[in-house]
Formats: sequence, C-alpha cells, structure tokens
Amino acid sequence: MVQEWLQGLPPFWLGLIRVLLLVLPILILVPGLIWWERRLLSWMQDRIGPNRTGTLNVPRWFPIKSWRGKKLRTFGLLQPIADGVKLFLKEDITPDAVDRKLYFIAPAIALFPAFALGGVLPFGPWLSDNPATAGFYALLTPVANVDIGILYVLAISSLGVYGVVLAGYASNNKYSLLGGLRASAQLISYELAMGVSLACIVMASGSLKMTEMVRSQEGPLWGVVPWIQNWFLFTPYGLISAVVFLICMVAETNRAPFDLPEAENEIIAGYHTEYSSMKFAVFFMGEYAAMFIFGGIFATVFLGGYNLLPVNWLAIGDSVPALSGVMGFMDRLNYALAPLWFLGKCAGGITFYVWLRATLPRLRYDQLMSLGWKSLLPLAVANFIIVAIWIMGTAKWGVAGGWIAWAGASLLAVLLYLQVMSTYKSGFPDMQRRKVVLTDGIPNAPVGAGAD
Amino acid sequence: MSDVYKSVVKPILAGFGITRRRLMQRRKKYADVTVQYPDELREQYPRTRWRHFLTRYDNGLEKCIGCSLCAGACPARCIFVEAAENTDEARFSPGERYAVRYEINMIRCIFCGYCQDACPTGAIILRKDFELADYRREDFIYTKEMLLEEYPGQSEEPFESKVGGVYVNG
Repeated sequence: MVQEWLQGLPPFWLGLIRVLLLVLPILILVPGLIWWERRLLSWMQDRIGPNRTGTLNVPRWFPIKSWRGKKLRTFGLLQPIADGVKLFLKEDITPDAVDRKLYFIAPAIALFPAFALGGVLPFGPWLSDNPATAGFYALLTPVANVDIGILYVLAISSLGVYGVVLAGYASNNKYSLLGGLRASAQLISYELAMGVSLACIVMASGSLKMTEMVRSQEGPLWGVVPWIQNWFLFTPYGLISAVVFLICMVAETNRAPFDLPEAENEIIAGYHTEYSSMKFAVFFMGEYAAMFIFGGIFATVFLGGYNLLPVNWLAIGDSVPALSGVMGFMDRLNYALAPLWFLGKCAGGITFYVWLRATLPRLRYDQLMSLGWKSLLPLAVANFIIVAIWIMGTAKWGVAGGWIAWAGASLLAVLLYLQVMSTYKSGFPDMQRRKVVLTDGIPNAPVGAGAD
Repeated sequence: MSDVYKSVVKPILAGFGITRRRLMQRRKKYADVTVQYPDELREQYPRTRWRHFLTRYDNGLEKCIGCSLCAGACPARCIFVEAAENTDEARFSPGERYAVRYEINMIRCIFCGYCQDACPTGAIILRKDFELADYRREDFIYTKEMLLEEYPGQSEEPFESKVGGVYVNG
C-alpha cells in the first residue's frame, strides 16, 4: 500500500522524501554519535565520560508510587544536545581581520559534502537494476542511484577539504592557514591511494554503481562457496583494498591519528581556531556526518552493504531442504530490515574510528606523507595490477585458474618488493660514495651499512 | 616483509589489543580514575587545610582568648578579631578576654594555616571541608557563629590542646 502511494507521488515529492530520509537520520544520529565517541573513548582510558546530563529526578507527586524520588537516568545521552544548545547560544565572534564572505561560507562548504556523499548510499536493497521491479526500498534509497556512484563518492569527498582550506585562508591566522594547507596536502596524498583501492573493487565487481556493487557481493564466496556471500573484505585482494581504503578514509575525514589539520598542540585548533558558536558547531557536525557516511561507504563497498550476515540464506535452503522454511524467512528478514543492518554497520565504522583514536598517537607530518606516498599508494597500485591479472585469469581459465594467476602475481609482487628492499638497505652506490647514511625506514641502521 | 610486520603491523595490532583490554576488563582489572564528585568526595589527606573552625573546651568554653595573634600572622590580612573582657556573669573563655567578633574573609584567605600555628590555645584549626563556594560576596565573610560550628568528625578526633606552644593530647 505504502509502495503504491509512493509510486503515485510526483518525482519531486518522492525525491524530497528520499532526501529527508537521508538527512534527518544523520542529523538525529550525530549527537548520539558524539556521545558514543566520548563514552567509548573514556571507557578505553579508564574514565567514565559524560554520564549525568539528562538525569531526571522523579517528583514526589508522580502517579506511580514506586518511582517517586528515584532517578531516571539516560547515561548522559543528552550531553551532546546540551553542548549543542550551548554552542548555539554562545556569542558568535567574527574577528575583524577575516575575509568575511569566505569566513561565512566555509563551514557550509565543509558540511555540504558530508550530506551530499550520502546521496548515493543504498540503505536498502535494490533487487534488480530496473527501478520498476527493484522493490520497496528502491523507492526510498538512495537519493539518486547514479551510474557513476563510486566516482561521485571520490569527487564529492575531495570537495570536503575546500571548506577546511577556505576556513584556514579566510581566518587570516597563521595557524589556521597551516591547518588548511595540511588538510589539502593530506587529502591530495590520500585521495590517490583511496581511488586506486576503490578501482580494484570496481574492477572486481564490474560496476561503478553502488547498488550493483552490493549485489555483486551477494554471489558465492571466491566464486566457489555458494552458501557464503562474497563480501570484498573476505577476498584477499579486497582485504588489502579495505585496509588501504580504511586508512585513507580516516585521513580524508581528518580524524585521529590523521588529525593534523586540527592538531591542537601544534597549531592550536588549526582551521577552526577563529570559529565560535554556530559556525564551529557546523564544522563539528560536518566532521561527524562525514565519519558516519564514510562508515556507510566502507560498509557498502567492502561489507556487503545492507546484508545482515555474509550468508546466502536461499542457497543454504536449496542444499538443505529441511531448513528451507527457516532460510526463506531469514532471507525475507534480511531484506525487510535492511536499513537497520546498514545503520549497524555504520555504527561499527564509527566504533572503529573511536578505537583508532584511542589507540594511535597522531602522526608526524613526514610520517603522514611517507605512509601515503611510499606505502599505501604502491600497495594499492600493486593490488590493482594483481586484481587485473586475477580477472584476466578468471576470464581465460575459470575460477581456479584465476586464483592460481592471483597467487602467482602476488608471489611475484612479494619477491619484487623484497628485491627492492634489499637494494634499498644495501644503500645506493653514489650515496655510499658521498658517505650519506640512510636512516629513514631502517631502525638502528649501523652507520655506513653495506659500504664495505 | 618481516621488518614491516615487526615494526609496523605488530605494534599497531598490539596497541589495538591494549585499548580493547582496557575496554573489556574495565572495573574488573582497571579501576576508573574518575571521582563522581557531587555523589562521592575524593578522600582528603589528614592534614589538608581548608575551612577554618573555632574549637571549644570540653566544658563548652571557647578556646579563643581574643589575642589577635592569628590576625597578626595572617599574610592575607583576612582575619578580624575584636576582643572584650570576660565577666563572671558572661564568661565565654577561661582567660581574661574573649573574642566578641571573629571574622574571616574567605575570599582573601590563602589557606596557609599560619593562624593555626600562631594560635597559643589551639582555638583556630583548618579542616577538610573544601566546598566553600557561594553566590554572594557577603556570604564569604565567616562570622564567629559560623566558625564555632562543630566540624564533621570532630568527636572522633583526639582532643588537642596547646600548652606553651606545644600540642598536648588530653
């Protein structure tokens, strides 16, 4: 019934409903996200975290007798709301020396891409490519199922840094400018590796469309095991891509340990030093919304999107007829509550962000650059080539041949890496002549190693 | 390859393990360091110097004899003492004189404890009550009546009296 009503709506209203279904949950979830981050972080640091705001003393006249005088606890869930109210009511200071126009629009530019990114995320299943037969959720999500989904993600996610750079520039403050520059340099370095790592997945799934990528993950694992879904995280090339993408996505959202643009002990707060009140809140909001959406992108590309478990329920039902009833039910449950599973995976992504923040210290700037350019990019490119070989092998010799080709290519890559490293360690001839000692990357390298 | 594992991957994974352990064994193995302040107070050291109190002898007479030595010793000049003669009808302290007015300006006080050291009878003491915040400036002038309140845990403390500049139990 709802489906027919939605189908009858004019496209404009349907589009508006889709946008609201994307934006409102994010706006509502962001305070919860902040609360979750603060609580989890403090638990990991032997602290308690915000646990008081929102505690309600039940008054003495309350109808239910046993509740009187007790405390209704919300475990501090209202803390971010209280913080938000405080931020909104604070004086909005605009320093005299700022570039006013840019200063005003920078927070908006920082917030916009986070929401725009969500536009291609499928929260629910598309049963087929044709919107007419794709089922109920295809009417509601994604906002636009564009054919170049993952390219759109790459394009828009790099727009996010404009807000940061403009804020740094407009603030007319050395530290803010440094923060903005750091953000842009960091983005350029990590965008590459991110693009290449996603390209591997695009090649493997054969489509740029997000819904198509999720559906390609519902196939049999490694092309062999029919009962388990082929989530890209479980495939060897996908695992490497996932690790690279994960690191790049943390760098892209400017989160610890890659929060150099807002390193508070180096450049105060970087690009948002000069921002206060609502404008600061908007930056904050954008950061958290971006975290949430990037968690969603990771889930879509590597974790099977809206599927609850990497299990092909119907395939199990087919091979074990006794269970076919249960499995059919599970299959329907899997699709019916798809947005829930998807949100769960987003929450998992956030938890990972927090865990990362609790664990790793901030990188030095040169470490950041060397990680991006010297480790992640080569790794992603090597993976890209290996995936290409795997696809070629699969096309030529079938599934088994593809995996043999993959193993051969990987072995070759490892050998090549070892060869390069041994050359690197033995030192470069002209550097030896000039008595240059390489210490970068080689802990405790003896002076003049390999010179004799 | 093994270098990368040993120097990059392994320490990072170990770090994740540490944070995970802290999370999972919270309160079992690792105690929270936070004191939930309004509900529970941090244990103060036995000789912490916070709020002032004026003490009495067992028979109810004030120890303070209004000599103003505390006011003289006070580096912040926050103590004001006005003395008067005891009479047989109105006897407040065992000596000749007693303090009619005894006021401490808690805004100026630096809690150095010199008044306690200077007092010849051990009348003024500093105890552990640290919740001294208030809303109005006038409320920070502690009068003699406020200072003469019995402080929490007073009855458990061994009675101390100063004789000739030396504290004597008894």
